[in-house]
Amino acid sequence: MISLQANDFELFGLPMGFAVAREAVDARWKELQREAHPDKFAAQGDAAQRLAMQWSVRINEAYQRLKDPIKRAAYLCELHGAPVQAENNTAMPAAFLMQQMAWREALDETHTELALEALLSEVQSARAQSLHKLGEAIDLAGDYIQAVGQVRALMFIDRFAAEVRHQLDKLLD
Amino acid sequence: MALLQISEPGQAPDPHQRRIAVGIDLGTTHSLVASVRNGVAECLPDDQGRLILPSVVRYLPGQGRQIGYEALAAAASDPQNTIASVKRFMGRSLQDLVNADQLPYVFVDKAQGMLSLQTVQGEKSPVEVSAEILATLRYRAEDTFNDDLYGAVITVPAYFDDAQRQATKDAAQLAGLNVLRLINEPTAAAIAYGLDNASEGVYAVFDLGGGTFDISVLRLTRGVFEVMATGGDSALGGDDYDEALAHWLLTQASAQAITPQDKTVLKAAARRAKEILSEAMHTTVPVALSAHSLNVSVTRADFDVATAALTQRCLAAVRKALRDAQLSKNDIQGVVMVGGSTRMPQIQTAVADFFGQAPLNNLNPDEVVALGAAIQANQLAGNDAAGDLLLLDVIPLSLGIETMGGLVERIIPRNQTIPTAMAQDFTTYQDGQTALALHVVQGERDLVADCRSLARFELRGIPPMAAGAARIRVTFTVDADGLLSVSAKEQISGVEAAIDVKPSYGLSDTQIATMLQDSFTTAEVDMKARALIEARVDGDRMLLATQSALDADGQLLSATERSVINELMDQLRHAVQNEQDAKTLEDVTQALAKGTEAFAAERMNHSIQKALSGQNIQAL
Repeated sequence: MISLQANDFELFGLPMGFAVAREAVDARWKELQREAHPDKFAAQGDAAQRLAMQWSVRINEAYQRLKDPIKRAAYLCELHGAPVQAENNTAMPAAFLMQQMAWREALDETHTELALEALLSEVQSARAQSLHKLGEAIDLAGDYIQAVGQVRALMFIDRFAAEVRHQLDKLLD
Repeated sequence: MALLQISEPGQAPDPHQRRIAVGIDLGTTHSLVASVRNGVAECLPDDQGRLILPSVVRYLPGQGRQIGYEALAAAASDPQNTIASVKRFMGRSLQDLVNADQLPYVFVDKAQGMLSLQTVQGEKSPVEVSAEILATLRYRAEDTFNDDLYGAVITVPAYFDDAQRQATKDAAQLAGLNVLRLINEPTAAAIAYGLDNASEGVYAVFDLGGGTFDISVLRLTRGVFEVMATGGDSALGGDDYDEALAHWLLTQASAQAITPQDKTVLKAAARRAKEILSEAMHTTVPVALSAHSLNVSVTRADFDVATAALTQRCLAAVRKALRDAQLSKNDIQGVVMVGGSTRMPQIQTAVADFFGQAPLNNLNPDEVVALGAAIQANQLAGNDAAGDLLLLDVIPLSLGIETMGGLVERIIPRNQTIPTAMAQDFTTYQDGQTALALHVVQGERDLVADCRSLARFELRGIPPMAAGAARIRVTFTVDADGLLSVSAKEQISGVEAAIDVKPSYGLSDTQIATMLQDSFTTAEVDMKARALIEARVDGDRMLLATQSALDADGQLLSATERSVINELMDQLRHAVQNEQDAKTLEDVTQALAKGTEAFAAERMNHSIQKALSGQNIQAL
């Protein structure tokens, strides 16, 4: 019997692991919302509305985590007793920090759309590599300590990518 | 009126089987009401056959009011008491209005709160003015069906913030409407368009109305309308194009609009010119001002140039929404045009150039929002049991709280699917501290000063502990209407903190109650009688809800559980028929609500299990 306390994977009826087909997550999200969304209970009184709301919120929460590879990985790490604790632990390998610094310098010196796009695509390919390692750490090695390191790296990468996009937006608007 | 009810064999003739539900498009310049009749959504006409109700309310000396065309006709002669485009004032303070001095009204500044308008009948809140429009549409629908309304879906611009949404819901309450749901205008349009054309894929809805602009990107798949991103400007619409043209006309004639009448006359002339320029390349605008009259010649190109900055603002919002959806313009299968202002050729051209495809104009841009709302209302009322329409909409603007130094900490990011909830832990910074103040804001900027203040909450009743020991979990919930609520609990003691909400722009419950009271006194309706009628309607609604739940899933109950619910239903049926005291009747209704809570939970579990098992079978 599924309950509100079930974990995201149980709720979505998916095997627990990093490799997840995005289409399956999307499809299951919609099927679950089809049953639980408050709109389905609009004519059934306040108690039904409240419950539907709880379920619907829970399904959306799981969806946000499952569809995003970094959130999904962080969640898996936590379920396996290795919380990411991004706020308290910002220590990163030296090589990674060097690369971050190089990117930041490049961003400061880059002012054309073309150059920003090039920087963004370099960042994206680093992201893809890191995601690949993350998947191996979780699904093949079951090494959640290493996975936590990759998740932190990806958080840095995403924050930097957002800054590059922000600069691009400023150029376009 | 139906004189004779003919029913098919096997179909119940009971008129209550079908609940009258309507969709209302409460627009800046005009409003409409629509309903699904015989399986088709259609806009309901007034007794003169007109579908559109101008969103204009005129307060007459004494107690009378004019609403719609009559009020519109009086706008030039009685501008201060004739309120048009009131939607722009909903949930807004006087400081929020950029063009207050251009408007003919006497505004009352309410310190930080929502502004009011001074009329011959005293101060009127935008909520009260909007309620007049909604009530007019409610009466129209009730006259059409010769029956009470079960409920209404009311549309709001997707980019409306929490204060604007809450103000709209308050107005509906004041108009005596049971709000089934607030839905976003572009989403409503997508329903009407998507169902009509059996569309699948990713669509953009470009909705430029009289006073608001929305852009929504939706994915349509088998009855599911999933909003991927939404953006816009809740203070950008056809009105601004009129203003810009009016300003241009004055500059051309080196003249000034002095009196409120001048402003109204000039704006009406600009609007007419705008409409003519949608068809013609050139027109001459006659403007009769108090000081002098003028004729100004204007070409379509002049109009385009005078409004180019506004069109650019639309396109900037479109780019942002596409980025948020992580899509490029080539991913968009079609662009649905909604709102009367999309008739302007410069808008059609700008959209076609941007997306590299001709926009879709094959529906009436004025009616499509109301029609979509009606379809959703029909389904929410339970009339279309087989309907499999599902709306998955998003919150348009991020929600955050104020932290040290006037910075914003984001709690719920924009474009997250609703309903949604996020919890955040707070602690105390003094020994024995029992209260905590929170300031909730909405917007994308990092500084509190640049965001919109929604409410200040004070949490009280925190058990006294050492500084930093308390763990107060504050949960922010955004419901399916896009409205925020906040709850708080101290985690160690389990004490629920009491929350005092001071809405920054909304109305307090007391203010609403006073307004309700006022509207009853003017209408000379006995408050008690009214309360009893409402309690009966609520009782009936609860009975219907329970009956349909029993019909669908009665087998989940044991014989004992079933008989308890039956008993509660009998009591309520009896009370609805005979009870004369509203409060007592409400209590009996509540008893049934409470008595069916466990059943409701069981049904919900059952539904979820069903969805899961359905999936698993497919996956095998």
